[in-house]
Amino acid sequence: MKYEIIVVGGGHAGCEAALASARLGHKTLLVTSNIKNIADMPCNPSIGGPAKGIVVREIDALGGEMGRNADKGALQTKMLNTKKGPAVQALRFQADKIIYPKEMLKTLQSTKNLEIKESMVEDLIVNNNKIEGIILENEEKILSSAVILTTGTYLKAMVLTGSKKKPSGPHGEKESKFLSDNLRKLGFTIKRLKTGTPQRIDKNSIDYSKAQEEKGDKTPHTFSFDNIVYRKPEDQISCYLIYTTPKTHEIIKEHLKESSMYGGYVEGVGPRYCPSIEDKVVRFSDKERHQLFLEPESLYYDDIYLQGFSTSMPNEIQDLMVHSLPGLEHAKILKYGYAIEYDAIDSKQLKRSLETKIIENLYTAGQINGTSGYEEAAGQGLIAGINASLKLEGKEPLILKRNESYIGVLIDDLVTKGVKDPYRLLTSRAEYRLLLRNDNADLRLRDYGYQIGLIDEQRYQAFCEKRNHIKELTEKLKNNRITPKKGINSYLESIPSTPLKDGISLYDLLKRPEITFDHIKHFIELDYTKEEEEQVEINVKYEGYIKKANKEAEKMLALEEKKIPEDIDYEVIPNLASEARQKLAEIRPTTIGQASRISGVNPADISILMVYLRKNG
Amino acid sequence: MNDTIAAISTALGVGAISIIRLSGPEAISIANSCFKGKDLSKVESHTINYGHIIDQGEVIDEVLVSIMKAPKTYTTEDVVEINCHGGIISTKRILETVLMHGARLAEPGEFTKRAFLNGRIDLVKSEAVMDIIDSKSEEANKLAVSQLSGSTSNMIKKFRDSLKQLLASIEVNIDYPEYHDIEVVTKEKIQTELISMKKELEDIIKSSKNSTLIKEGIKTVIIGRPNVGKSSILNKLIEQDKAIVTDIAGTTRDIVEGQVYLEGILLNIIDTAGIRKTEDIVEKIGVEKSLSMIDEADLVIVVLNNNEELTSEDKEILEKTKNKERIIVINKNDLEKKINISKSSLDSVVETNTNTVEGIKELKNKIIDLFQLESIKSKDYTYLTNARQISLAKKAYQSLKEAEEGLHNSLPIDMIEIDLKDTFDYLGEIIGETYSEEILDHLFANFCVGK
Repeated sequence: MKYEIIVVGGGHAGCEAALASARLGHKTLLVTSNIKNIADMPCNPSIGGPAKGIVVREIDALGGEMGRNADKGALQTKMLNTKKGPAVQALRFQADKIIYPKEMLKTLQSTKNLEIKESMVEDLIVNNNKIEGIILENEEKILSSAVILTTGTYLKAMVLTGSKKKPSGPHGEKESKFLSDNLRKLGFTIKRLKTGTPQRIDKNSIDYSKAQEEKGDKTPHTFSFDNIVYRKPEDQISCYLIYTTPKTHEIIKEHLKESSMYGGYVEGVGPRYCPSIEDKVVRFSDKERHQLFLEPESLYYDDIYLQGFSTSMPNEIQDLMVHSLPGLEHAKILKYGYAIEYDAIDSKQLKRSLETKIIENLYTAGQINGTSGYEEAAGQGLIAGINASLKLEGKEPLILKRNESYIGVLIDDLVTKGVKDPYRLLTSRAEYRLLLRNDNADLRLRDYGYQIGLIDEQRYQAFCEKRNHIKELTEKLKNNRITPKKGINSYLESIPSTPLKDGISLYDLLKRPEITFDHIKHFIELDYTKEEEEQVEINVKYEGYIKKANKEAEKMLALEEKKIPEDIDYEVIPNLASEARQKLAEIRPTTIGQASRISGVNPADISILMVYLRKNG
Repeated sequence: MNDTIAAISTALGVGAISIIRLSGPEAISIANSCFKGKDLSKVESHTINYGHIIDQGEVIDEVLVSIMKAPKTYTTEDVVEINCHGGIISTKRILETVLMHGARLAEPGEFTKRAFLNGRIDLVKSEAVMDIIDSKSEEANKLAVSQLSGSTSNMIKKFRDSLKQLLASIEVNIDYPEYHDIEVVTKEKIQTELISMKKELEDIIKSSKNSTLIKEGIKTVIIGRPNVGKSSILNKLIEQDKAIVTDIAGTTRDIVEGQVYLEGILLNIIDTAGIRKTEDIVEKIGVEKSLSMIDEADLVIVVLNNNEELTSEDKEILEKTKNKERIIVINKNDLEKKINISKSSLDSVVETNTNTVEGIKELKNKIIDLFQLESIKSKDYTYLTNARQISLAKKAYQSLKEAEEGLHNSLPIDMIEIDLKDTFDYLGEIIGETYSEEILDHLFANFCVGK
């Protein structure tokens, strides 16, 4: 039995990769150690957030599944940063940990060309540096033209609580014992990373009167541009906010050495942005309290996720810690917090298509590449699935650029800069974030999704209509003028907005900070959707800033046009600084633009490289 | 190579013509944006155009601008050459102005590099190009950074640090909106930070302008009709008989230089032949030269005669110098006052005496005031050392101003942050700190966020 593409792992990266590949018509096999854990959310019960939420929108624009699936599983929805400007707004959903995986599994099972197999992959079949298939734990071989590894935290996974170390994946799942050693033998650099998760508390044992309720937004939101609302705003489930107490901090300080982290039991590098509660108490000792959220995991069981309390303390200390929290004095801990260590590869060994540099047709996505987060994983999985497919079809890979998507920023950072601690997307990692907004992900990426074949005719037509409406509306505003008539000026003054001295187009009027579409509609009849109006309003109001960002992006794109041949020998280029020579040889950038983003490669080195390429090109 | 580069392409020197060269897609539009004369975007290729270079409404110099459109140029890109009077200060100011309008200071050998990359130079020369651009250009930048005085780089560091804190706070608000305990950066808070930073940055830019004065000296021209006492004022300033002083109009035909130190700053004084309408050919050359000297000068001392009514020549001189840093000396105040000029309508006026040194001290003080020499004389003066740094500081200042405007126009914080980030990056370039994850590092080190 031979498959075209095998996806190893059924997490968020694996699901997107397998769906993309199967939907593009390639015979696909997804291998997972436990079908019940497909699309599992082993950590927080939420999807989205700043930058991450925009990734979900991008996945949807390209024809991936996470957005639509999150809409189905939404328990609570919020638009974040609404007062901080359009570029940083993002959606965050509380997602049901039963519905989300169940719906994803349903989608996988109903997708043509896609089979699912339950097993553990322990080795790869490689011939002449080209992948030919996988070897399972029972030594069964399965052949394929391409393989996508999305192993998450399962490579040599080790769960730590206090001084206890136990080889295991999340939830006591079986870990992969040999795959990372075999990857090392193939030439991959293996890193050890660490992450952690907090306790799950029995809902019925919490006294909510001591917590502050956090409700969702009153207006409905969807991640998907399909705009199907599954849960009415009034049916949303609330989260609750509490704070640590001085007693909590005392307990932690007293037992610090008993934690895996401070006891010296952890080898892996943990994420800076996700410190454990021990870390928080030690590093920010001046803070009197830390905030914690009580987040429901599902409608179908009673676990409450204690967000902000991730720890690697022994269970008996965790009991003390949890019971020192307001409202949790008598809390029943259903699952204890733990740290988990796992192997990852050096992402600098990847191409921007997510194909590995050393083994042809082998792709990797998600935590194995050193990232953290469901959204980051799904984004990579989708790109790996698309690019493995394109490769088999003999087509150029889809390389998303830094000025067109967060996914592009993420992958470019991974392959160009590499990671030290697990990588999380943040809005500040995107230098063109004004262009990478929640509202325009479809305008940025849907064309790609359609060209590749993941967006069908019907969804594409709906998108084209929206795009045309936006053009039309912009023209309308430009072509309709108002003049300083009495009625007009008294209306403007009532807003209040400065009365007119000369005629002005509605386009220019909308530029005024205080003017919204509701005011514009006083002067002209308009029949457009909220999304269309929003798009035009953002483009009009922030035109200057958007133009500036586009101009900067153009400079970067011009450098991206300049390709570096794959077989370039940096040793023979005279005058390159030695650090630059070494970094260039290691990362092997494919364009001058990518080369210029490598730390340690100076503008002078770039000049020399360009002169060399011209001379020898 | 989609950006536009600029550099002074002639050796800096007094008296010669200087050329500022631009190359790149925006060469013409950048030149046009600081040029008063014909619309350069509409002129034919390979033409020379007369006009003035303007910086924020102020005339910097009278220039001839050559427009050469791609591809028949040295670099095969659009090339503009601005020919100006050779004064160091005006040449540098023109360079700074074009940098301010979007050009980037060329690296050593960069015009040649572009010529090569665009296929204009043959392969044989390419080795030489490689040698020029070598890592030396990097060293040049490092050198410029190291030449900054401790106080200058400390001050820039201080700004960057407070900007870093501000930016990290804004970022943490954006990336971790659910953290209620973290202080929310309000527009008022940004406003407060901006005001002091803007002021101090403005001071740095001002004293940087003066730093050129410290190094090169202030080019001072003494100008006036014949026989109003220019040479004697020069002599009193330099306290030695260098210029010939007689009562016969027209003896000072040559340009005589003298030097005087004021508060440790060099004053290069250039006496001019007296300006009057003359038929004497030798003297005529001198007069024209005198008028052209005005353009090059950093400081013009206009001498008038208290004992005579203003003549049309006096008025012409006053008109010609009205845009310059100037001091008007009304000489011969010991003689009967016949001059019909109201002092209040003039900028800096000093009265001097024919025979004694009365007024000379006042004149020196006026010069000191005009260039704020006292403030830059103190040992730990802060200034930037080259055009690149100054243009970066000006860009930083401009971005701060834009951030302020954004605040004023109630733009959301993510827009304001763009300008603040630009300021931060420009300041970083000045002191050679361009590590891209600095703000993130600061954020994670200083804010307690995460699951």
